[in-house]
Amino acid sequence: MHTSPPATVEGEAHQNPALLHHFATEEQQKNAASLGMWIFLITEIMFFGGMFCAYLVYRFWYFGDFAAGSSSLNLTLGTVNTIVLIGSSLTVAMAVRCAQVGKQKAIVVYLLLTLILGLAFLGIKAKEYKDKFDEHHIPGEAAFHLEGHVPRHPDIPVNQQHAQIYFSLYFAMTGMHALHMIIGVGLFMFLTYKAHKGVYRPGYYTPLENSGLFWHFVDIVWIYLFPLLYLIDRHP
Amino acid sequence: MANNVDALYIFLLVVSAMMTALIFTMVVFFAVRYRKRPGQPAEQIDGSHALEITWSVIPFCVFMVFFGWGAALYFRERRPPQTSAEVYTVAKQWMWKFEHMEGQREINELHVPVGRDVKMIMTSQDVIHSFYVPAFRIKQDVLPGRYTVAWFHPTKPGTYHLFCAEYCGTMHSGMIGSVVVMEPKDYEAWMGGGGSQPLAVTGEKLFAELGCVTCHRSDTQGRGPNLVGLFGKPVLLEDGRSVAADENYLRESILQPTAKIVNGFKPIMPTFQGQISDEQLNALVAYVKSLGQPANPAAGRNLATATTQP
Amino acid sequence: MATAVLETGERETYLNREYGIKSWLLTVDHKRIALLYLMGITFFFFVGGFFALLIRLELLTPAGDLVQADTYNKLFTMHGQVMIFFFLIPAVPAVLGNFLIPIMIGAKDLAFPRINLLSWYLYIIGGILMVYTILNGGVDTGWTFYTPLSTEFLKTNVVTAALAVFVSGFSSILTGLNFIVTTHRMRAPGMTWNRLPLFVWAHYATSIIQVLGTPVVAIAIVLVALERVLHLGIFNPALGGDPLLFQHLFWFYSHPAVYIMILPGMGIISEIVCCFSRKRVFGYKAMALALLGIAVVGFLVWAHHMFVAGISLYAALIFSFLSYFVAVPSAIKVFNWTSTMYKGSITYQTPMLYAFGFIGLFTIGGLTGLFLACLGIDVHVTDTYFVVAHFHYIMVGGMVMAYLGGMHFWWPKISGRMYPEGWGRLAALLVFVGFNLTFFPQFILGYMGMPRRYWDYSHSPEFQILNVLSTAGATILAVGYLLPMIYFLWSMRYGKPAPDNPWNATGLEWMIPSPPTTYNFEEQPVVTWEAYNYDEVDKRREEVPVAH
Repeated sequence: MHTSPPATVEGEAHQNPALLHHFATEEQQKNAASLGMWIFLITEIMFFGGMFCAYLVYRFWYFGDFAAGSSSLNLTLGTVNTIVLIGSSLTVAMAVRCAQVGKQKAIVVYLLLTLILGLAFLGIKAKEYKDKFDEHHIPGEAAFHLEGHVPRHPDIPVNQQHAQIYFSLYFAMTGMHALHMIIGVGLFMFLTYKAHKGVYRPGYYTPLENSGLFWHFVDIVWIYLFPLLYLIDRHP
Repeated sequence: MANNVDALYIFLLVVSAMMTALIFTMVVFFAVRYRKRPGQPAEQIDGSHALEITWSVIPFCVFMVFFGWGAALYFRERRPPQTSAEVYTVAKQWMWKFEHMEGQREINELHVPVGRDVKMIMTSQDVIHSFYVPAFRIKQDVLPGRYTVAWFHPTKPGTYHLFCAEYCGTMHSGMIGSVVVMEPKDYEAWMGGGGSQPLAVTGEKLFAELGCVTCHRSDTQGRGPNLVGLFGKPVLLEDGRSVAADENYLRESILQPTAKIVNGFKPIMPTFQGQISDEQLNALVAYVKSLGQPANPAAGRNLATATTQP
Repeated sequence: MATAVLETGERETYLNREYGIKSWLLTVDHKRIALLYLMGITFFFFVGGFFALLIRLELLTPAGDLVQADTYNKLFTMHGQVMIFFFLIPAVPAVLGNFLIPIMIGAKDLAFPRINLLSWYLYIIGGILMVYTILNGGVDTGWTFYTPLSTEFLKTNVVTAALAVFVSGFSSILTGLNFIVTTHRMRAPGMTWNRLPLFVWAHYATSIIQVLGTPVVAIAIVLVALERVLHLGIFNPALGGDPLLFQHLFWFYSHPAVYIMILPGMGIISEIVCCFSRKRVFGYKAMALALLGIAVVGFLVWAHHMFVAGISLYAALIFSFLSYFVAVPSAIKVFNWTSTMYKGSITYQTPMLYAFGFIGLFTIGGLTGLFLACLGIDVHVTDTYFVVAHFHYIMVGGMVMAYLGGMHFWWPKISGRMYPEGWGRLAALLVFVGFNLTFFPQFILGYMGMPRRYWDYSHSPEFQILNVLSTAGATILAVGYLLPMIYFLWSMRYGKPAPDNPWNATGLEWMIPSPPTTYNFEEQPVVTWEAYNYDEVDKRREEVPVAH
């Protein structure tokens, strides 16, 4: 049961400036914020889900061309990015931990590290996009051409239309992901500023925790995107 | 067939009318009978499990009758008889183009004889349209890039409205025509005046002109599979799957030959996408269907009506 | 109980606490946000209604002689988009839900007041995009945006229309999120789940749909916009794509969307029927479960919009079968409302008249849904006026009547004024008569074979008489809708001041002043009674005639 305890008119409101007026207790506020973030993440799952659905359908139909498209991606950069992003989730978790135990300065350090890693991810992504631009792998452009053949089928040339669908989904999915990363970076800049001001402490780190959830979610989306986009039919 | 749809409709109408009357009557009756009267407070009733179950289960059973009857009709409606006469249809903004197997071409008007099943094999040149003949109680969306199928059995001579039923742009409401059902002898007369080439013969000529015949020989020496007797049979692909060789399979094989590679053959067939029109494609499909079949342009063995997505 | 008094001597309420445009545009008070929404949805209702009137005027004669074909196509497209995304989906949740849910559960506000304000801004931005689309030449894709028509073949403002829908979708998602968290975390002590008003349950179920379904149409719309701008091929068969994929993604949301539109209305009807029958609802648990059941099963039936679209025979069978499942909880609700009236003590104020209308018309609308779920019949009537009549019976005969009933019921609480009861009843009658005259003939038209979205039907003059009847009904309906607009505005200045509880209804909202103060409650209530305890309420007070 999550009914709130009777509110006191005086009392808690004065003790914690972060307690908003319509909540009776800090615990109620924290629980509400957490539930809100989890529900928001579920909506994000549904949002990305539509694209994953499209991806599943077309990958099933055009497997060879998808594999060809996939093998044109830079596996090194993709792997580095994956490590970078997982690393940034680690630094986020560390930042939350530091807030829980009251290590104020360390919070800022970890948040800055998160930002650096997040920006690194975006930078590498930008490089990958530029590569695609240079190689004429942008779907819808007149000069699009994915040269070569379906992996392990030297006699089947790549179907350019199907390859463009692969790249459409590649850009749509990684682009939407990158957009969420950018939002995350903005969010964490704000958090870093607040942390620097000493706002987060063992009794109050909800924004940090919930933003961390968001960041972890964006990380998890990438963990799905990476094998689905980069590792189709790859063999050593 | 249309009569069956009407019978089901009337059944639903009667049940619905009864249900509506029941609810309306009860609401009005209660509103009057239990109008606020001094000294007569409302009687609180929490509910009744028995009633809830009853009025869930009984309607559900009735619904299942609706479902079952409707499904049975739909099964028949989606499966043209194998002996249907075929009419290839190309829909485009904003007209209907028909081609009979005997070669007659019509625009917006479709002549058919009474008493013979007709199967429409349809595709669109541009957007989604829908082939709708209210009098026959049939409707089927017509899609670009693939065939969809509808069929009917005309029972009464007359002229019947044909409507496009899927919004397709400016002149959607102008994309109309008629199905003209004629007595058999009138139909023969209409068919005879014209001297057009049967669709399968057109296809045969194209088959040669486009070079198909060089690889698809009627023996086992060709670099492509032998197409005689292919239509309607299952085909084993090189990845182990087995698919039915229906109209959509033939269409795809011409436009996207590397999509499904037949077991034991190399993916060397060039694509004809962009090089042939929908009408030429129809002719080729009609020709391949006729290979190995008894010489009757009106007949065509067919398995599934169309490959479809879930 | 200390009530704050202003310098003018008036009692302080949420309306007069602060004046000035900034106090409204930067408010976080859920009640003020509800009124901000009310202005928006009223505006869009009349915009959409205006388009409808033009459509009906065109259809008076078989020939397309009022407007051009392209204009007509824009009219029905924008009528649909405006009505669905900018009226039906937000109306009850964002106006009545926003206003009432915190009060009904004993809270000072929603869980996230600032996100509530953000929701409104997103709605307005979406609305501005929609108005821009309309003024910049309109859009003619049909509200369903089917590809490849919308991506490849039209030169109108498809992208801005798509963006308008996309942005307003986020408004809907955030409102749903807010309601779910509020219901879970903000209930006053003693307000257990089993004591919640069904209005709250209805919005809870609605919010689940909003939160899970809307993102899918959002991404579908984004992909359409991208495809159009960048000439991708995701939905274009000429480039290897599949138009049916769009339809699946679109309807995966748009079918549950119709439940977003109707469930809040059902919540309203439960409140009204109980109050004006002076009875607890019959089968409280069943009613709450039915709401949740509709929300869940509603996600499983989307392809019943695609029976003739080219899906497989077996898929069609499954979706038809499941569609019959979702009809059962709706039927239960109708039976339970009717049973609630049994042995009640019924009066006929305007809200109750709308409730009567709702029960009747929703029944008809729901029954005709059974026709559409039936595969054999759907083949004939899909894409015809039969479908148009079906969904208008539910949306207009159901939802709009519920909305109006709710507005009348809670108007005293919201505004502190009574509306004129005589005019209220007249309007309800006009709406009921006008509605049936408008839409019943359309069932017949549909079975006769008149396709929808037809500008011109001169090839079938036999359709005319029914179209004329329909248009006549529409004019009566328009008057019925204008009347409340006029007298609600009138009442804000000249209406009788409303007591705290003009209807002697149960529910926390009736225990606070009309209109409420900004923070709703002086002290947080502690709930010790069950929902709809009309027996206790009626025993406690003397038999005072209810204000007429």
